Amino acid sequence: MSVVLEVDRVSKHFQARSGFFGGDRRVVRAVDNVSFSIEEGTSLGVVGESGCGKSTTAKLVLGLEDPSAGAIRFEGKDLVGMDAAGRRHYRKSVQAVFQDPYASLSPRMRIGAIIAEPLITNEKHSADTVRARVLEMLDLVGLPARSADLFPHEFSGGQRQRIAIARALALSPRLIVLDEPVSALDVSIRAQILNLLRDVQDRLGVSYLFIAHDLAAVAHMSQTIIVMYLGKIVESGEARALARTPMHPYTAALFSASLPDHPDDRREEIILSGEVPSPMNPPTGCHFHPRCPRAMARCAQEAPTLREIDGRRVACHLFD
Amino acid sequence: MRALRSVRAWLRDAPAIPFLILGLIAFAAVFADFLAPHDPQFGKLSERFLPPFWIERGSTAHIFGTDHLGRDVLSRLIFGARVSMVVGFTAVIVSGVVGTTLGIVSGYLGSWADQIIMRVTDAWLALPALTFAIFLAAIVGPSEMNIVIILAAVYWTRYARIVRGEVLSLKEREFVRLAIVAGCSKWTIMRRHILPNVINSSIVLATLMLGIVIVTEASLSFLGVGVPPPKPAWGVMLADGKQGLMVGHWWLTVMPGTCIMLMVLAANLLGDWLRVKLDPQLRQL
Repeated sequence: MSVVLEVDRVSKHFQARSGFFGGDRRVVRAVDNVSFSIEEGTSLGVVGESGCGKSTTAKLVLGLEDPSAGAIRFEGKDLVGMDAAGRRHYRKSVQAVFQDPYASLSPRMRIGAIIAEPLITNEKHSADTVRARVLEMLDLVGLPARSADLFPHEFSGGQRQRIAIARALALSPRLIVLDEPVSALDVSIRAQILNLLRDVQDRLGVSYLFIAHDLAAVAHMSQTIIVMYLGKIVESGEARALARTPMHPYTAALFSASLPDHPDDRREEIILSGEVPSPMNPPTGCHFHPRCPRAMARCAQEAPTLREIDGRRVACHLFD
Repeated sequence: MRALRSVRAWLRDAPAIPFLILGLIAFAAVFADFLAPHDPQFGKLSERFLPPFWIERGSTAHIFGTDHLGRDVLSRLIFGARVSMVVGFTAVIVSGVVGTTLGIVSGYLGSWADQIIMRVTDAWLALPALTFAIFLAAIVGPSEMNIVIILAAVYWTRYARIVRGEVLSLKEREFVRLAIVAGCSKWTIMRRHILPNVINSSIVLATLMLGIVIVTEASLSFLGVGVPPPKPAWGVMLADGKQGLMVGHWWLTVMPGTCIMLMVLAANLLGDWLRVKLDPQLRQL
């Protein structure tokens, strides 16, 4: 299998100014030294609490932000310094579905025009071809053909997310960035959309970068999972193994907080104390140590590095 | 047929009074040549200062009386409607187009374009509108065309301000991000995704500005830097009639004054209605 996207030690830092004259400059490390790769036809899940850098990662991959350091390579070519033709190819190959289905469709455009927009913008087609493609996409996501002539406000949240998926698929991309695609939907609709996404992947062989805070959804969708905390990867590995036997205390806490598969299942609940610290002023050493139930003296001083253990990558002093 | 029905449904709760007033003024403006009983620019000096017909000495030949040159007041009012309509609407459209465009560019592009446009807007808003208009009129000289340009130059900033604010919130919306991901250029996004979502606010503002623009036009004409005198603008009529106030020739000022008041009232009522009509849709988006 070939690697579609490779993110190589990428960081994104933002300058934040505070103080009376804005003289007090601080650097927010939204994404810090993050590496991962996505193979063709597979899904990579990214989980973490809000503010951990998930969405910034999505923006970096989509080219909405440029990385401060590191390289993002698509089909082996670096995004920064890509020529115009390469950029165009990348735009066509990478599409996105965002969280809020009420904000992601242009309210004054008909569904047909919304789905056709990426197509019309990037390729030259006759009106008939475009129309046929739109109807094909609507059919693929399970919406009736007459939807093409309606406006977004005539659809429910789940239907809108289907439209957003149809739009993302219109150019037959190789990678779709799913930034919390089901978080805003009713629980009853979530499974439908997740199954649709899996179905589409099986049929078209598209890769997903699946970002969510819903662990069950991520475990259900992805082959590989990355757990992020304050801009850094704390653990990554094969999805099922990571969900069943989490190694990093943070991963363990996250998975203990999600609902068990069966209501009779009993398991130890790990309750994290405190809030996520401000990324402007992260704790010393391991960023997680003030909330970690298994913190040691060393954790406050020394930041753990990501190391390979049993086919997984973990950043924790417990495993030294 | 369907389109006609939807237009009727849309206008169902339309207020009758402003539509009636504006309709009447527009009708007078369009058919002035047929409606006016006399030539608005020439009168007989022998028929100076005739009062309206219901007062002694008045006659039905001059329903609203005559002015200091014996010109028929009603005919001048009818032709004056044409001046107000043409100047008012053109100025509102020109300033609306310029202001909306600059507001979108300023809000969407940000950085230096935003800095330049917003600093100019700040400077503009710091100047009193009428004083600024008189200053400009003194430079370019009086003519109907120049009045339109002056009014547009003075009032475009109102649109730019409001539109920019809306664009700032719109451009963070996910559909704009998705348009970038789809590969749309900045100009395409502004035209296809931003403009349709701010146009409602511009239209509402334009209706409310119509009243302000008409008053400003009348003020400039009153002060003698507006529409040049032989042309029957309402502001010019006020200026001509003001000496008559002290000697009882009240109709020379009350008649054009009432016309201005009614038109501004109608414009404001229409604007209020449109705002209520279009705003819930904006919020729902």
